[in-house]
Amino acid sequence: MKNMSEEDIRIGVFICHCGTNIGGVLDIPELEKYAKTLPNVVYSDANLYTCSEVGLSEIRENIKEHDLNRVIVASCSPRTHEPLFRSTCQEVGLNPYLFEMVNIRDQDSWVHMKEPEKGTEKAKDLIRMGVYKAALLESLEKIKVGVTPTAIVIGGGIAGMNAALNLANQKFKVSLIEKESELGGLLRQLNKVYPTNEDASNLLKTRELVENHKKIDIYKSAGIETIEGYVGNFDVVVLQDKKRIEIKTGAIIVATGANALSPEGYYNYNGKTIISQLELEGLLKEDKINAHNVTMIQCVGCRNEERKYCSNICCMTALKNAILIKEQNPDTNVTIIFRDIQTHGVTYEEYYRRAREMGILFIKYLPEKPPIMKKNRIEVYNDFMNQVIGFPYDLVVLSMPLIANEDSEQLAKLLKVPLEKNGFFLEAHVKLRPVDFATDGVFVCGSAHWPADIAESISQSNAAASRASTIISKEIIEVEGSTAEVNENLCVGCEACIKICPYSAISKDEDTDTVVVNKVVCKGCGVCGASCPHNAIIIHHFTSDQILAEIVTYGGGE
Amino acid sequence: MGQNIKKVMVIGGGIAGIQASLDLAERGIKVELIEKSSCIGGRMAQLDKTFPTNDCSICILAPKLAECVRHPNITLHTLSEVKNLSGQPGNFNVKVFKKARYVKEDECINCGTCVEKCPMRVDDEFDMKLRKRRAIYIDYVQGVPSIMTIDRENCLLFTKNSCRICEKVCEREAIDFDQKDEEFELNVGSIIVATGYDIFDPSSLRSLGYGRYPNVVTALEFERLTCASGPLGGHLERPSDKNEPKKLAFVNCVGSRDIKNNPFCSSCCCMYTTKEAMIAYEHDNEINTSIFYIDLRAAGKGFREYIQRGKDQYSIKYIKGKVAKILEDDQKNPLIVYEDIETSQVKQLKFDLVILATTMIPKKGAEELAQILGIKMNDFNFYKANSYQPQISSKEGIFLCGACREPMDIPNSVIDASGAAAKAAEIIMRG
Repeated sequence: MKNMSEEDIRIGVFICHCGTNIGGVLDIPELEKYAKTLPNVVYSDANLYTCSEVGLSEIRENIKEHDLNRVIVASCSPRTHEPLFRSTCQEVGLNPYLFEMVNIRDQDSWVHMKEPEKGTEKAKDLIRMGVYKAALLESLEKIKVGVTPTAIVIGGGIAGMNAALNLANQKFKVSLIEKESELGGLLRQLNKVYPTNEDASNLLKTRELVENHKKIDIYKSAGIETIEGYVGNFDVVVLQDKKRIEIKTGAIIVATGANALSPEGYYNYNGKTIISQLELEGLLKEDKINAHNVTMIQCVGCRNEERKYCSNICCMTALKNAILIKEQNPDTNVTIIFRDIQTHGVTYEEYYRRAREMGILFIKYLPEKPPIMKKNRIEVYNDFMNQVIGFPYDLVVLSMPLIANEDSEQLAKLLKVPLEKNGFFLEAHVKLRPVDFATDGVFVCGSAHWPADIAESISQSNAAASRASTIISKEIIEVEGSTAEVNENLCVGCEACIKICPYSAISKDEDTDTVVVNKVVCKGCGVCGASCPHNAIIIHHFTSDQILAEIVTYGGGE
Repeated sequence: MGQNIKKVMVIGGGIAGIQASLDLAERGIKVELIEKSSCIGGRMAQLDKTFPTNDCSICILAPKLAECVRHPNITLHTLSEVKNLSGQPGNFNVKVFKKARYVKEDECINCGTCVEKCPMRVDDEFDMKLRKRRAIYIDYVQGVPSIMTIDRENCLLFTKNSCRICEKVCEREAIDFDQKDEEFELNVGSIIVATGYDIFDPSSLRSLGYGRYPNVVTALEFERLTCASGPLGGHLERPSDKNEPKKLAFVNCVGSRDIKNNPFCSSCCCMYTTKEAMIAYEHDNEINTSIFYIDLRAAGKGFREYIQRGKDQYSIKYIKGKVAKILEDDQKNPLIVYEDIETSQVKQLKFDLVILATTMIPKKGAEELAQILGIKMNDFNFYKANSYQPQISSKEGIFLCGACREPMDIPNSVIDASGAAAKAAEIIMRG
């Protein structure tokens, strides 16, 4: 309890009615009176809305008037309001980490609406716990780091090229790394692109814009050897022609794309009369289709036990190629054997309708009764008609899913970012952070994230560029001050914390055989502290002393 | 192009507009955020939970709302609409019309005293008219900015020239009936349109019985019925008799994939009906759900697994087939008439509550805004987007994001929004 003895602790407790949210349930005057009886509390007051300008100026004035050096607001959630109260404290010279928030709304008045007396008693406990913790709070400083105002884009397909182009147009310097000898990725293998059946070569013109852009450095036939550093300050080593090139960068965009699953071994694939959609693209490009009965099979090698997912782009690809064949020769019979047609939205559903109007036949199959290849004939059970339908073919086209790149795993390790179970990169939050990684300063777009078509890839690449620009546009970024710290005397180097850290902020110092926390990367989430078998990790702002003080006083101890 | 104004206007304060604004603001570009209603948050604020993580919608949205209103680079204009546009990309002049709030924004502290005393009872649009609000109100509890608004269509002072109770009870003297609507001009380099969508009204589909049968509701109404901050406090009961429903049915593609109404696919219904069925099951494990569908569209990340989880763990049965009609028995139980594909017979199934997955449609007033901005619409009255750069509209310097260009879910709206921010930043930074 060093803080107690070292300085005179003066706590102010501000209790919020939150309109009727809290005040309508809990007995606020009672809480106010109670707070005054707690140790070190020299001031206590209630506001209708502590977050209103009136409430905030009361906090400021009372810090000055009563010489408060700890402030507690008992109100709503720190998730929404802690930044506001912290900056209010800071405005009158109080270190923001000497502020403590007690949630008596979401965790009390809202859940105990029908038992207000019990709710009030619980609020007393919560406030008392806050007071005991506050007495032990320490001043902390946010860490400021400079930013290298450039980006690296890994992968030179349509997504990577477009992300690089957008950032370069925003006047940022960009390095574009491509493992092949040429930019363009999978787009190079395509004939036309839906939904307007544009020539892929027209979309490939992005390549010239990228290659001629003064702000973009392109590294072809190049790979990533190492990535060190953190948000705003990454050190990347690129390997090209056995040369190691060191690049400093503020942000990294992953746009490494995906591959089509090989059709070998599916439905008697032979590469001649039974081919994949990607091979069909090639034939269409060279105008080499000479078939009267064409059948396409959807969901080959996916939506099954091995690969449970839907590959997103195959329905539209099949529709496109079916339409192109029909346009070339309206007499060709084109049949698509499918499970569910994935044509969401306005344009794609319209495209599907167009395909049906052109006379393309759609037959649904059940996964337990897949099509059967006979000689020159294909047979499939359809549950609408409750019978097996057979028809001749001279060309069968298999729609293969996109699968994650094999080298994703290695890149993920270098970047210290996770993959999901199918091997695609896993974003920070599916809903609200779809192109961010949990690791700051690293972003993802295109099929590296999930099978995406050209328009989706471009859309995501713009998004990733925007997210990267929010970092590299700043001269300095501030990162959280409440982080983890390792007590080297207690650490035995077991590395349990390294494995569990979601931000890859901890590494081993081989010289001392103990671990070190990178404070810029650490977000103070606390999982390392909880997992350390030797209590060697201090989580600032949530120290063991602070938490124990809360628990002990909750249990009635001193 | 030396005259570029380093400022972007974002029209619409739903999740798309919010994300676009935050990205630009963090990028160091000033934003004028225009919102038609009195609070930002849009449709996402109305949702109970979100697929595929089943996160509470308002809980993940609220921090963004707070960030938006606190960000020094964002100026928020609520109750505001764009009325005129002149100028060119890099330097647009936008005329904005702002309706009077009749409440002083700097004085109101959202204490709620006025609401308690207001004698008027008005349908609450935020809660899909499932409960009443007052004529002085805030859109929703967590609404931002968290200040009151007086609805002049219903306030007694405006309709009957009487009352003024709110003015008398407000200790902060925040009520100001002398406020006038105002018009002002903003000068911006680029514009992002993020005006969102409306919901198809299924009462026009007589055969489904919506509006006639109390136990046939829409999916958005259902979100409010299950939501803890909704009219039932999160205790699901059916409208006719307040009983807890045990057998639910969802009808997908209501008003969509139907050439008589809207030929397009609404993109999210297969997923959100599954989510709503899961939530219902979490409320009450005795609930069984049937979902009637045409195609199960679940191509997003983890979506197939989500559907599978619905089948395996939440008693959801997926029935392929379009529902022909809905009838009602004398207990007010909805009866779904559909064709059973396996037997090719017309069958009838009884449920306690039926939920219609009504399609997203273009926002009311979308056409008017298109004319003001000079942007094109597609055949279905969504804003026309470039096929391969979907955030680009038909006019240079104006960008699109979210469901105003096509029905889409939240992650896609967020991607779109960040993408539109990047495109707008390109225009801003080129000068």
